[in-house]
Amino acid sequence: MADIVIDHVVKDFGTFQALQDVSLVVEDGEFVALLGPSGCGKTTLLRIIAGLETQTAGRVVIGGRDVSGLTPRKRGLAMVFQNYAVFPHMTVFENVAFGLRMQKASTADVKRKVERAAALLHIDSYLDRYPAKLSGGQRQRVAVARALAVEPAVLLMDEPLSNLDALLRLEMRTELKAVLREAGTTTIYVTHDQTEAMGLADRIAVMYGGKIEQIGSPLEIYATPATRFVGGFIGSPPMNFIKVRCEQGIVRIGNITLPCPAGCEDMELGLRGEDAMIAADGSGIPFDVRVVEPMGSHLLLTGSINGQLARIVAPPTATINAGERVALKADPSRLTWIDSNTGRAVGRA
Amino acid sequence: MTTSLSQAPASGAPRAYMLPSARRFLLWTGLVALLAWVLVPIYFVALGAFGGRTGVFRWPKSIWPSDLSVAPMMQFLNIEGVFNALMNSFIAAGLTVVFSILLGAPAGYALARYTFRGQNAYRLLVLLTRAFPLAILALPLTVSFIRIGLYDTPFGVSLIHTVLALPFAALVTQSLFMGIPREYEEAAWVFGCTRFQAFVKVVLPLALPGLAATAIFAFVISWNEVFAASILTVRERTLTAYLLKILSESPLHYRFAGGFILIIPSVLFIFAVRRYLFAVWGIASK
Ligand SMILES: Nc1ncnc2c1ncn2[C@@H]1O[C@H](COP(=O)(O)OP(=O)(O)OP(=O)(O)O)[C@@H](O)[C@H]1O
Ligand SMILES: [Mg+2]
Repeated sequence: MADIVIDHVVKDFGTFQALQDVSLVVEDGEFVALLGPSGCGKTTLLRIIAGLETQTAGRVVIGGRDVSGLTPRKRGLAMVFQNYAVFPHMTVFENVAFGLRMQKASTADVKRKVERAAALLHIDSYLDRYPAKLSGGQRQRVAVARALAVEPAVLLMDEPLSNLDALLRLEMRTELKAVLREAGTTTIYVTHDQTEAMGLADRIAVMYGGKIEQIGSPLEIYATPATRFVGGFIGSPPMNFIKVRCEQGIVRIGNITLPCPAGCEDMELGLRGEDAMIAADGSGIPFDVRVVEPMGSHLLLTGSINGQLARIVAPPTATINAGERVALKADPSRLTWIDSNTGRAVGRA
Repeated sequence: MTTSLSQAPASGAPRAYMLPSARRFLLWTGLVALLAWVLVPIYFVALGAFGGRTGVFRWPKSIWPSDLSVAPMMQFLNIEGVFNALMNSFIAAGLTVVFSILLGAPAGYALARYTFRGQNAYRLLVLLTRAFPLAILALPLTVSFIRIGLYDTPFGVSLIHTVLALPFAALVTQSLFMGIPREYEEAAWVFGCTRFQAFVKVVLPLALPGLAATAIFAFVISWNEVFAASILTVRERTLTAYLLKILSESPLHYRFAGGFILIIPSVLFIFAVRRYLFAVWGIASK
């Protein structure tokens, strides 16, 4: 059992608060992605879990054991560093073998496990090179192999694929997922690439400004964002937000009315570009198309709703010209309502 | 050359052709001048040392050695006390190297890795040890060395030499350790190392070139130091101090032999640790 409980963790750097009361539970064998913009505290959280940084307040519990005061080596985990931290004075083989050697594994064991990890990451042909003679992406794969080789119960990865080309990244992503699932490794995976997070994770924790904004399955995060930030951060194109006024549970846009949750007046209607359909009968949310970009699989329309910027995805066969006004329909259950004052979604069970 | 010529635009071709060779010429003359600057005096000292009594006074000097013999060298080494002084010098310099690394490197590591109250004051203090002229300290030092029983021992001399070398050792190792990213150590901790193991397995090998340079410096400081060594010893002189005393009343070729013996160990020591001066694994990753 190696579940991770992060219990109200706070981290101050002097007067700057890098983490504000972060709580997160990662089940045994679960794969959780930490997703967020640069500087939101992802690395800081990972380093606190690893014991490389001391939290100002809060606890970290791994496998039922409070590790808050333990040194990194006593926490029984492996980590892939954002800047790789591959040892320059050791060959690739010795780098990958480092953790195993520290565990006093037998020579045969070391060789077998190193070769397995190296094969997985396609670095088996550079095993006797020094890191200085590797490219950035190759070095990064050495760092991942070093962490996988020890077959840890808990694996922390800080943007482990950021330096690979798109094709290799896709391949590594699927292989990583398969290997970690098979081994039942509890994984926390930091990334700012949302497709990576969506594809890999059982659950995604979206971080922003030192806080976790929302935790949920990729689909939940996508379909029902808890805050304005999450809606705008996830999805391509990002969610459209249109300022509206809610009066007696009704919102008027153009010539239609939509029911809206009660509770506040100034609201924003969150509409995913993919969820909007172009109404044949011309009645719906009015959308003034300014630019049409054919993307192959779809048309990306940029324009405005009520004078506010919006991006809508239309089928590739639709015939829409710039300058046209079209009407949009959407399934009411797929709309998100945001309280303009708090930035949080309202009216959700 | 022809390829660079054909690639360069026609008008710029002559310059593009001239520049590299001019630069190469400068580089080589620079190298030769530098080598000559260092090696020619050593060569003449060696000529004097091995050329015997007549060789030293012959004029015009011949560049090529004639009637070389090790006899003057052996005679010199057989002078009463020279061999003993040589040993004392080795002991003092060796201990100085050991002490300055053992004391200086941890201080440098602390300065590089930890922020603590009074850090800047501490750094200043380290340098201040060099602010007191040895001449002022000489008398009280002699008195207390006699009292403790350190007087007239190479060990006592090495302590003073360590004081001279220590500020340099601490500050150089500080910048040395600062150049080694903390993440290497952190990775070692995560993969099962204690702090000490991480230091030995990761930091030390990476720091070796700089430590070698520090060792050379400490060795040379101790080997060449005359004043403290002369004051704190009577019979157990280091070679430098001993030679200073006896050479003024020796024939010229003995002086050359003494000079030669003074030069050689430093050169040999530098030669021995040169491998560590250059990073063997080309640390390009930062
Ligand atoms: N040692 C430190 N001292 C002071 N501030 C720090 C320190 N480490 C991190 N910070 C600050 O804490 C915040 C979070 O940093 P962190 O490295 O966790 O970001 P991140 O989410 O990993 O970003 P990125 O995606 O760019 O790696 C940043 O604003 C950073 O400036
Ligand atoms: Mg980071």
